Amino acid sequence: MQLRDKHELMDEMGIKRALTRIAHEIIERNKGVENVALVGIQRRGGPLAERIASYIKDIEGVQLPVGILDITLYRDDLTTLSAQPQVHRTLVNFDINDKIIVLVDDVLYTGRTVRAALDALIDLGRPRCIQLAVLIDRGHRELPIKADFVGKNVPTSHQENISVMVREVDGRDGVVIQEIVDS
Amino acid sequence: MQRKDLLGLYDLSREEIELILNTAQPMKDIIQRDIKKVPTLRGKALVTVFYENSTRTRTSFEIAGKYLSADTVNLGVSTSSVQKGESLRDTIKTLEVMGFDVMIIRHSMSGTPHYIARNTKMSVINAGDGTNEHPTQALLDLFTIREHKGHLDGLKVAIVGDILHSRVARSNIYGLKKFGCEVRVVGPATLLPPGLDRLGVKWYYSLEEALQGVDVINVLRIQRERQQVGFFPSLDEYANLYMLRPEHLHLAKKDVLVLHPGPMNRGVEISSQIADGVQAVINEQVTNGVAVRMAILYLMMGGIRDEIAG
Amino acid sequence: MKLLVKGGRVIDPASGMDQLADVLIQDGKVMGIDRNISIDEGEMLDASGKLVCPGFIDIHVHLREPGFEYKEDIATGTRAAAAGGFATICCMPNTDPVIDNAAVTSFVRERSRKAGVVNVLPIGAVTRRQEGNELAEIAEMVAAGCVAISDDGRPVMRADIMRYALEYSKMFQIPVMSHCEDLHLSKGGQMHEGFFSTIYGLKGIPAEAEEVMVARDLLLAKLTGAHLHLCHVSTAGSIQMIKRAKSEGVHVTCEVTPHHLTLTDEIVGSYDTDTKVNPPLRSQEHLETLWKALKDGTIDCIATDHAPHHFESKDCEYELAASGISGLETAVPVVMSLVHKGILDLKTMVEKMSLGPARVLGLDRGRLEVGAIADLTIIDPEAVRTVDPAKFYSQGKNTPFKGLEYKGWPYATIVAGKIVARDGIIA
Repeated sequence: MQLRDKHELMDEMGIKRALTRIAHEIIERNKGVENVALVGIQRRGGPLAERIASYIKDIEGVQLPVGILDITLYRDDLTTLSAQPQVHRTLVNFDINDKIIVLVDDVLYTGRTVRAALDALIDLGRPRCIQLAVLIDRGHRELPIKADFVGKNVPTSHQENISVMVREVDGRDGVVIQEIVDS
Repeated sequence: MQRKDLLGLYDLSREEIELILNTAQPMKDIIQRDIKKVPTLRGKALVTVFYENSTRTRTSFEIAGKYLSADTVNLGVSTSSVQKGESLRDTIKTLEVMGFDVMIIRHSMSGTPHYIARNTKMSVINAGDGTNEHPTQALLDLFTIREHKGHLDGLKVAIVGDILHSRVARSNIYGLKKFGCEVRVVGPATLLPPGLDRLGVKWYYSLEEALQGVDVINVLRIQRERQQVGFFPSLDEYANLYMLRPEHLHLAKKDVLVLHPGPMNRGVEISSQIADGVQAVINEQVTNGVAVRMAILYLMMGGIRDEIAG
Repeated sequence: MKLLVKGGRVIDPASGMDQLADVLIQDGKVMGIDRNISIDEGEMLDASGKLVCPGFIDIHVHLREPGFEYKEDIATGTRAAAAGGFATICCMPNTDPVIDNAAVTSFVRERSRKAGVVNVLPIGAVTRRQEGNELAEIAEMVAAGCVAISDDGRPVMRADIMRYALEYSKMFQIPVMSHCEDLHLSKGGQMHEGFFSTIYGLKGIPAEAEEVMVARDLLLAKLTGAHLHLCHVSTAGSIQMIKRAKSEGVHVTCEVTPHHLTLTDEIVGSYDTDTKVNPPLRSQEHLETLWKALKDGTIDCIATDHAPHHFESKDCEYELAASGISGLETAVPVVMSLVHKGILDLKTMVEKMSLGPARVLGLDRGRLEVGAIADLTIIDPEAVRTVDPAKFYSQGKNTPFKGLEYKGWPYATIVAGKIVARDGIIA
C-alpha cells in the first residue's frame, strides 16, 4: 500500500487550538476536573493526553493523572495479521476505580481501537465513566461508538488515510490527508 | 516472529531474542494486575506433553496460556496412550487432529521436538529436550539478568555444575554469546563437554577461579543419578568442590546475581545462605518464566503466518 | 550368446589398462578386449562416453534374510546391488537365525541362486549366535561357501575369543572381519563425540571407542599371524595404527564406507535419524585422513555397510532410531563425487570397488581381462540425478543422501555376461 499526501488539514497551531478547546470542553462537561484522569492510547494518544493535561493545568491549576494504554493484546484482528504487532507496556500508575477517564486517541475511524481500549481499561478497574476525546473523527464507524470531544470532523472516503504527526513521536506536529495509491 | 516453532536458542537471532524479552515486559505487568487475563489468544488451544516430570515448567506454560485466554490441556504421560505403546508419531497426529495450535514438549531425548516439528502443522515449543536445549529457561534467565543489569552486552557469566548434561547451560551459552557475554563454565572434568573453546566459552575446574569478577552466577541442579554412573565419586565431594557458599560471593562483582533454574538441592550445589540471600533472584526467575512464556505464546500464536520458516 | 560392449573407456586396475576399447563377452566370460571388435550376431551395448570397469564388489552388505524380510530380503537386496552397480556382494551373518552353521549358509546360497540377480557370497559368524562366547562351526561354514567370518554389529568383546577366531581362521585362509567398537566406551552414544555432540546435546561416541579395539585386534593379528580385516574404519587414529601395522608386516586389510568418506557429524544437527549410523559420522579431520589413506593404499576397499531398516525404526526419536544407512544404490554416485572434486582419481576409485575387495577375500574376480568371468560395471560419469529413496529397489529407504544431486551413476551392471541392470533399472 502506497500513500500520497493530498493536503494538510492542520498545522502545529491548528492542533494546539483543537486540543485547547478539548481541554476546555472536558472541564466544562465534568464541571471541573475533580476525579478526572486522562489515558492516551499507544502511541500518539499518549502525547496528546499529556498535552491536554498541561492545557488543563494552565486553566485549572491542577495536574491530572495521565496514563498510557497499549491495546495490542485486545485487538480483534490478531488472527488475521501476518506479523504480530509489537506489544508495548501499559503505564497507568494510578487507581482508575471510580475515576472519570478520558480516553485520548489521534483518529477515530472504525471504532475498533476504542472498543479494544474500553476492554483493556476495564481490566484495570471500574471507572465511574469513560469519555472519549479524539483529534480527528473521520467517520465510517463499524461499531456503535461516538466521541465526546472532537478536534475536527473530517469527511473521508475509504480510499483516503489520515496521518497525524506529533512532535514527541514524529518530530513535528501536523495532520495530513493522504490518498491510498494501489500499486 | 516468522517462525513455526521454537526449538532452541542456537538458531535464534539476537533480534528475535530481544523481541521476546521486550514483549515479556508488558506480559509481566499483566501478571501483577488484579485481573490477570487478556483476551489475546481466545479460541486458541495449546497442549503440554511432558515425557519427563517437571511440575514447574509445565505449570508455568499452563498459566501463561491461561493468562492469555488460550485453552490449555496437559497430557500426562502416565495417563496417555504412550503407556500403551503408542508411537510418538501417532500421538502427534492425534493431538493435531484434535485441533491444538501449539504443542509444548518436554522429552528425555535430544532432538525429539525437532522430529515432532517436522511432522506436524502445530507450532512446537521445546520445553527441554534431553541434554540439548531448554530455550524458555534460558530466555527467562536472560530476561532476569537484563532486568537487574539493564543490559546483557559484555556481562561475565559463570555457569556452575554438570555442563555436559545440562540443556539449561547450552541454551544459556547460545543466548549469552549472542550478546557478547564472557561465558565461563565450571565443574568436574567428567562433566565438561568437548569443544567448549570453539564456542568461545572459558572452562574451569576451580570454582574460586571461575567466579573472579563475574556479574552473574548460574548454578545448575546436579542430578543425583550422575554419581551412580561414575561421573564423580560422591555428592559430598561434589559439594566440597562446587557448592556455592557465601564466602565465594566476594570473589565476584559486588552486585553479583545468583540464578538457579530449580528445583534446588540445598547443601549440594547451593548453600541455603545463598539460596535465601539477597543476591539470589530465584523466585523472580519463576515469575519471569511465566512472562517470557506468555511472550513466546503471543509471538507464536498471535497471527496467521505468511510463510512457515524453520 | 555374445554381448559386445562397444566404445567405452575400459579401466582395469589390475593390468593398468585405461583406454577406449570394445569388450566381447561370450558364455559368461570375457573373450576379447580390443579396438574395433565387431560381431555378426548377439547383442551390442553402446558404451561410448562410459567407463567400463570390472564388476564392482561390496564385501559388507546386510541382506536381512532370513528373519528380517520386513527390512530387506535377498530378492530386493540383490536388485538394489545390481541397480547400484555391484555384481558381487557379501552378506553379513546377523540374520535370524544367525549364519553360524552350514545349513543357514546353504540356505542363503540357495535363496540367492533362486531369487537373487547378482553374486552373493555369505559371511559366517565368528561365534555361535554372534554371542561372543564360543566359536561357530567355521570349517563347515567355509565348506558351505562362506568367504569370511564376522560378528559385525555385535563386536567380539572378549579378547581371548578374538584370538582363537583369528588363529582358527588361518587354517582356511579367510579373514576375520572385525567391527571395532568398545561397547563400554560407546554405550548410549548417538553420534561422534566432539564439538557437534556438545552443540546438539547428544551423547558422543569417542573415536577411541573404535581405536582401542583396532589396537587390540592389530595386536592379536600380529600375535596370531592371521588375516584381520577391519570393517568400516572411520577415524584418523585407526588409520595411523593400520598403516604402522601394515608396514610391520601384519596381515591386515580394511574398508571404508562412502558415507564416512563424504559426510560429517555436523549434519546430525537436523536430528534426521537417517544420519544415525555406527560407527558414527566423524568430523572433517577424520574425513581428510580417510581420503589420504585411500590414495596411499592403507585402505584396501570401499564397502557400503548397506543396512536397510523398516521405516518405523527410523521414524522416531533420534535415540530410539536404528543405526544404519541403505547404501547400495548410492555408493557409486557418492564415491564419484570424490572423483569429480579431485579428491580421488578414477583408477583408485575403480580399484577400491573391484580389485581391492576381491583381494581382501581372495576372490578370483575384480579383473577385466580375457578369460575372466564377465562381471562388468559400466558407469556414466556425466549422468546427473537426484537421490530418491522412493525409487530404491532396496526396501530400506534410510539414506542421509536423499534429495542430494550427484553426477556419475551406474549405467549397466553385467553379471556373468548378462545385463542385470541398465540405467538403474533391473532388466
